Amino acid sequence: MTGFPILTLMIALPVLAALACLFQNAQGARWTALLTTFVELALGIILWINFDPAGAQWQFVEHVDLFGRFSWALGIDGIALMLIVLSVFLMPICIGASWEAIEKRVPEYMAAFLLMEALMIGVFAAQDLFLFYIFFEAGLIPMYLIIGIWGGADRIYASYKFFLYTLLGSVLMLVAMLWMAQEAGTTDIPTLMAYDFPVEAQTWLFLAFFASFAVKMPMWPVHTWLPDAHVQAPTAGSVILAGVLLKMGGYGFIRFSLPMFPEASVQMFWLVMGLSMVAVVYTSLVALVQTDMKKLIAYSSVAHMAFVTIGLFAFSRQGLEGAMLVMLSHGLVSGALFLCVGVIYDRLHTREIERYGGLADNMPKYALFFMLFTMASVGLPGTSGFVGEFLSLVGAYQASSWVAFVATTGVILGACYMLYLYARVCYGKLDKADVAAMPDLSAREIALLLPIGLAVLWMGVYPESFLKPIRRDIGVVVARMEKTGFTGDAHVTAGKPVIPAAAAHEGAHH
Amino acid sequence: MPVTQSLALTLPELILSLGSLVLLMVAAFAGDKATKAISWGAVALFAAAALALLGPAGHGGSAFDGLYQADSFSSFAKLLIYIAAAITLIVAPNFFERNGNVRAEYPILILLSGVGMGMMVSATDLLTLYVGLELQSLAAYVLASFMRRDTRSAEAGLKYFVLGALASGILLYGISLLYGFTGTTAFEGVAAAFGDGLGMGEMFGLVFVLAGLAFKISAVPFHMWTPDVYEGAPTPVTAFFATAPKVAAMALLTRVTIEAMGGATDAWRQIVIFAALASTILGGVAAIGQTNIKRLLAYSSINNVGFVLFGLAAGTQDGVAAVMTYLAVYVAMTVGSFLCVLQMRDESGQPVETIASLSGLSRTRPALAAAFAIFMFSLAGIPPLFGFWPKFLVFDALVGVGMWPLAMIGIATSVIGAFYYLKIVKTIYFDDPAPAFAPAESKLEGGLIALSALFVSPLGYLAIPALGAASMAAARALF
Repeated sequence: MTGFPILTLMIALPVLAALACLFQNAQGARWTALLTTFVELALGIILWINFDPAGAQWQFVEHVDLFGRFSWALGIDGIALMLIVLSVFLMPICIGASWEAIEKRVPEYMAAFLLMEALMIGVFAAQDLFLFYIFFEAGLIPMYLIIGIWGGADRIYASYKFFLYTLLGSVLMLVAMLWMAQEAGTTDIPTLMAYDFPVEAQTWLFLAFFASFAVKMPMWPVHTWLPDAHVQAPTAGSVILAGVLLKMGGYGFIRFSLPMFPEASVQMFWLVMGLSMVAVVYTSLVALVQTDMKKLIAYSSVAHMAFVTIGLFAFSRQGLEGAMLVMLSHGLVSGALFLCVGVIYDRLHTREIERYGGLADNMPKYALFFMLFTMASVGLPGTSGFVGEFLSLVGAYQASSWVAFVATTGVILGACYMLYLYARVCYGKLDKADVAAMPDLSAREIALLLPIGLAVLWMGVYPESFLKPIRRDIGVVVARMEKTGFTGDAHVTAGKPVIPAAAAHEGAHH
Repeated sequence: MPVTQSLALTLPELILSLGSLVLLMVAAFAGDKATKAISWGAVALFAAAALALLGPAGHGGSAFDGLYQADSFSSFAKLLIYIAAAITLIVAPNFFERNGNVRAEYPILILLSGVGMGMMVSATDLLTLYVGLELQSLAAYVLASFMRRDTRSAEAGLKYFVLGALASGILLYGISLLYGFTGTTAFEGVAAAFGDGLGMGEMFGLVFVLAGLAFKISAVPFHMWTPDVYEGAPTPVTAFFATAPKVAAMALLTRVTIEAMGGATDAWRQIVIFAALASTILGGVAAIGQTNIKRLLAYSSINNVGFVLFGLAAGTQDGVAAVMTYLAVYVAMTVGSFLCVLQMRDESGQPVETIASLSGLSRTRPALAAAFAIFMFSLAGIPPLFGFWPKFLVFDALVGVGMWPLAMIGIATSVIGAFYYLKIVKTIYFDDPAPAFAPAESKLEGGLIALSALFVSPLGYLAIPALGAASMAAARALF
């Protein structure tokens, strides 16, 4: 296809803007960043509008043989499209959230965020195995700087942990990629997605990829970097970490693990499901006892991402679509929750839940938004959280009713810790003088939270907008999985027609 | 073959040796005040030697009845060596001027060392190998102790000399064993003798030769001299040690293992794998506690040599090509890092070497800090920086011969190394500023830093097709 290289533009623009930021003062850098992210958002919307769900599987394809061994190959399907739209949607909000909260070294901060945006789009748009890897890994550098420079008190430990944990996971994946490229003779991701690797090799390949994606996701027990990173990162860093970076793990599973190693995925069904079940129950319980708001939301992220893996490894259409929706919804909701924490943190400079209380009295607008996102996180019908979790659980039930049973307890526990959090922060007596003195949301803060709130409701009421672009691509993955002959333990059979007997019974009465 | 033809093939060495003799005369009569001019003269000689590679000296084949080989492998290595040596020549006068050690012998020693290194990479006979290696080493011993009134420098020179002599002895013993059991010192003859099975004596010879060479590339367990010498030697000399002789020794090792010992791949592969793993692990772990930046970079070079050895362990054409690409990128990263170290001066102009003095560099010297961070992330092999690419190729070569478990272990050790590179970045970017360094004096040094930073930045990926083709051509010459 020889169209306008819109994906290259979307990657190049933030990189150039990042360089420009470095040569400006604080205010100039802020405006440059905001403007660039809005242009990116506009480009993202153009992408969505021009994406034809019934057209070719891969659209906006670009291919330049730049690097000899691998190429600058970009292109998106519906799955990548939705995640790119999520990224460009969250970025202006991140910049807005940092407008006043970040005071020192603003140009570098904005440059790091813009770089991050370019790399995130690159990850989702890459169609070459090694190009994907480079984007995937490169994200570590700006995130390391964001946590380390602008983070909280314990930022250095958190930044090391974040970097080394994710690096160790990824390098093993690289060796697997090298093997795959040599075996299949190509680095083209669409070709590899249809390539049948030998079953005995798949197990090893799957495990190598699993090491990377499980850390990124993050899955229990390799999730421990996440609470540290989240707590120490600045608000916008948390938003982008929870909103987009965690989705790279889920994207990896749906793009690589499932279609490329279908047999191994089936072999590893209980491994993934087991870890996910532990994650749902255990991290929910851990979240329940947290005293730090950000940590609580970080643990809830781990629990929510477990719904993603449960949905993905149900290998069915409902499960996969549910997993995608959970990812999108979690990107919005957890981002919004971190923003909510950021709002009161900016006022009182503490994240201790005990220090707050009764905010509903003096900050009614804030309490309203916080309530909306709490409900979305709990999965109340009508919000985005419900649709995804419901579909994932339906998928899980088909695959294994035990998994569905355990996972559903996570929904209840989710309600427990989120409502408990909300009650402690917003209800109760407004008896602390400094808390009572906190002003309600400013216009800027409303402008940040409102778009997310609308998107959450949109996804909850009319998820079809988000399901339509991914439907066919999910179908491709499901078709790859069907070949393995995987069947769940739910053997649904049509009920015995009892109409004749009932008719006879009725006839006797008449 | 007529001698004239052989001489034509060794043109780069002729240019360098005759030129160094002329410059020695100039130095003897003009004295130390002519040092700058002599330095630039030496740079011009290196450029001329590099240009000579375009002629028959680049790919003309065998000279002096099989003692010397001019092929694309040697040209590739020589080009790298000349570039690295020239850069260390350019930055040296400023450094020595500041501490009053300007001496006109410095460029001449580097030139003589260049002759030795050229011989090393072109050697196809164990004796040419030894002569080249010794010429390079003797120059290096003097260079290490160049600041003779500085006790650290003198100590470095002495240590280097004693341990280097020991290594040369081991190497020579190995050569004599090989000669005794195969009856020849030519690589070709050794290869033929190895081809019909490996005898006990040949095995011992192989082990001793490899041990001697491992010392020269500072692979674990023969690395002990590296941190001390790197720390003690004047910084431009350290930059030289970490680049040009490393390239020469590594290329030499590659030629010996592939050309002379190709028949005994299984035998040397075990040794190379052990040295590779030990180097990457020890180079990573031991660096963590360092407080001196030059010592840290010494461990970093040990660590990187380990990764180069992984490429050699593959023993294939792809593996050798990966080694060559690695060396090219390694030279850029290392030269860049040492150029940054050269910028570390306190207000009175004296060099500072503690890592702590780098604290908060991002706020006092943002451009220098960015360059330093690029080199560190690149040495750690984090994409999208170009330092990732040679590691990629090395492990690709290993996977290509089915050694993927080793690739898994090797790549996991790179995470250990990543930790201390991150520590430098942390010091530069996260910590509160220490007293600022003296302002940059030389535009030239700044330009060189920028140039090497650009090469290891993501823009470097655009060089992959050219670099890959050149490396592959170099590797093909050995098979």
